[in-house]
Amino acid sequence: MQFGIFSVGDVTPDPTTGRAPTEAERVKSLITIALKAEEVGLDVFAQGQHHNPPFVVSSPTTTLGYIVAKTEKLVLSTSTTLITTTDPVKIAEDFATLQHVADGRVDLMMGRGNTGPVYPWFGKDIRDGIPLAVENYQLLRRLWREDVVNWEGKFRTPLQGFTSTPRPLDGVPPFVWHGSIRSPQIAEQAAYYGDGFFHNHIFWPPEHTERMVEFYRRRFEHYGHGSADQAIVGLGGQVFMRKNSQDAVREFRPYFDSAPVYGGGPSLEEFTSQTPLTVGSPEQVIERTLGFRDYVGDYQRQLFLIDHAGLPLKTVLEQLDILGEEVVPVLRREFAALKPAHVPDAPTHASLVAAAGCAKDATVPAPADAVTGRTVEGAQA
Amino acid sequence: MATRTLAVVSAGLSTPSSTRLLADRLTAATVDALRARGDDTTVEVVELRGHARDLADDLTSGFANQPLQTAIDTVVGADGLIAVTPVFSASYSGLFKTFFDVLDKEALTGKPVLLGATAGTPRHSLVVEHAMRPLFAYLRAVVVPTGVFAAAEDWAGGGIDRSLAGRVERAAGELAGLVTGRPVAARPADPFADPATSFEELLKGR
Repeated sequence: MQFGIFSVGDVTPDPTTGRAPTEAERVKSLITIALKAEEVGLDVFAQGQHHNPPFVVSSPTTTLGYIVAKTEKLVLSTSTTLITTTDPVKIAEDFATLQHVADGRVDLMMGRGNTGPVYPWFGKDIRDGIPLAVENYQLLRRLWREDVVNWEGKFRTPLQGFTSTPRPLDGVPPFVWHGSIRSPQIAEQAAYYGDGFFHNHIFWPPEHTERMVEFYRRRFEHYGHGSADQAIVGLGGQVFMRKNSQDAVREFRPYFDSAPVYGGGPSLEEFTSQTPLTVGSPEQVIERTLGFRDYVGDYQRQLFLIDHAGLPLKTVLEQLDILGEEVVPVLRREFAALKPAHVPDAPTHASLVAAAGCAKDATVPAPADAVTGRTVEGAQA
Repeated sequence: MATRTLAVVSAGLSTPSSTRLLADRLTAATVDALRARGDDTTVEVVELRGHARDLADDLTSGFANQPLQTAIDTVVGADGLIAVTPVFSASYSGLFKTFFDVLDKEALTGKPVLLGATAGTPRHSLVVEHAMRPLFAYLRAVVVPTGVFAAAEDWAGGGIDRSLAGRVERAAGELAGLVTGRPVAARPADPFADPATSFEELLKGR
């Protein structure tokens, strides 16, 4: 099982001091957090994509590209890549490039985004959220898998004889997770392609997660990718830890009480009982996290949210120390002992290359013949 | 003979509450009217006062806690709905509006509804028509023609009370007529049932 962290990249004032980091500080802090994640032995760092304040994560591949150069094993991912408002051609190119830079240590999580105004800024309409996710992702898959693409759809300029470059590393596109909180169509999409399904599993009761994952697993089997319990599931989670659970609650409360996503609503105690948020000792986090398996089954990736709501960088790094030293080693051992042999691990670049038979030559093929329209599809296979 | 479920939403804030009193009168009359048409009725009352904090929490967190979710399921799954609010600042109360705000926007589509309101003065008597009916029209509920408004003096008895009783009876008869004309309510469609439309159809943009 892979363990890691995911960040939404918000700039939020620290309620205990009133001070917000500058954008420069926040961008750099994401990098510091990612490097620390590798140092403490985590597997994955994932970064969100937003195009509006208070977020600073509009350009994930820039940050992830830098982190790749400074790390050796960490898998870099997104949480999420906006498949609705980002041109799929640009996603194909950006992430194929990142794959080469990263020697394959990269995957993606697709999401729709939920802030209404962002859609029109990119010439889209939020009411088309699902159709955009369906059409754009289909195009993205073809751009990665077919050397020359002729394509026409509803939302984007048609493509004739288009080759997305660079071609994916070793001929194998990055593994894709589809993230959604409660849209069955997105779980269906993940199941249809045999891709991973990620539930962010924070801010809402676990019943939503359970229903979505169960549906995804059932449909994964329906589409013939394997048995339901072999489907590839990722979960989020949110924790705040101190050795003593009372200290954790006392320290986290001001952040909870004023955080934009929580403030003014249910109390910290209500929220921790109603959602997977866990504020307490490392032992409590271990117990709660192991309990996720009870309602989603054996799953492949667990990402924690630890760096939002204005928590200072120093505190976030302390959380990473606790995760790396006390929590994740126990979770790794316990989850591994429980997992049946036929349940696969999360796909990696190496496992995808092995599944494809071998690495393919990634030489750019000749473009389509402009006169006959004939493409090289098939000729290279 | 069928057994119908009737959900009753009362937004009264005091105990005892004249809003609840009107809701109870409307409920009893509707149960009688359904019995006269040959149907038994199961009544489920949702007192919004008990969910005031749950509703505020839902506004900020985006999800209903368990007690509120149970109340929502009761209303959404009922064959008919009686909804009664006190008049606050010339309209339904904020508590009443919030409950209908947190429902899915399709949750009441086609549902037979009887509307009632209470106030201290008869000068608010058009609140049902001017405030409540547009709200339920937006929600695409089927609202009976008679809305029942009760001012303080309507509870005084005598001729006025007979007038209130007449309105209650007429409205209850209208609601019972709509309810019996329909199949017993099914639960809302399960969004996690296996899709009726294949993913191939979605890919084709259908």
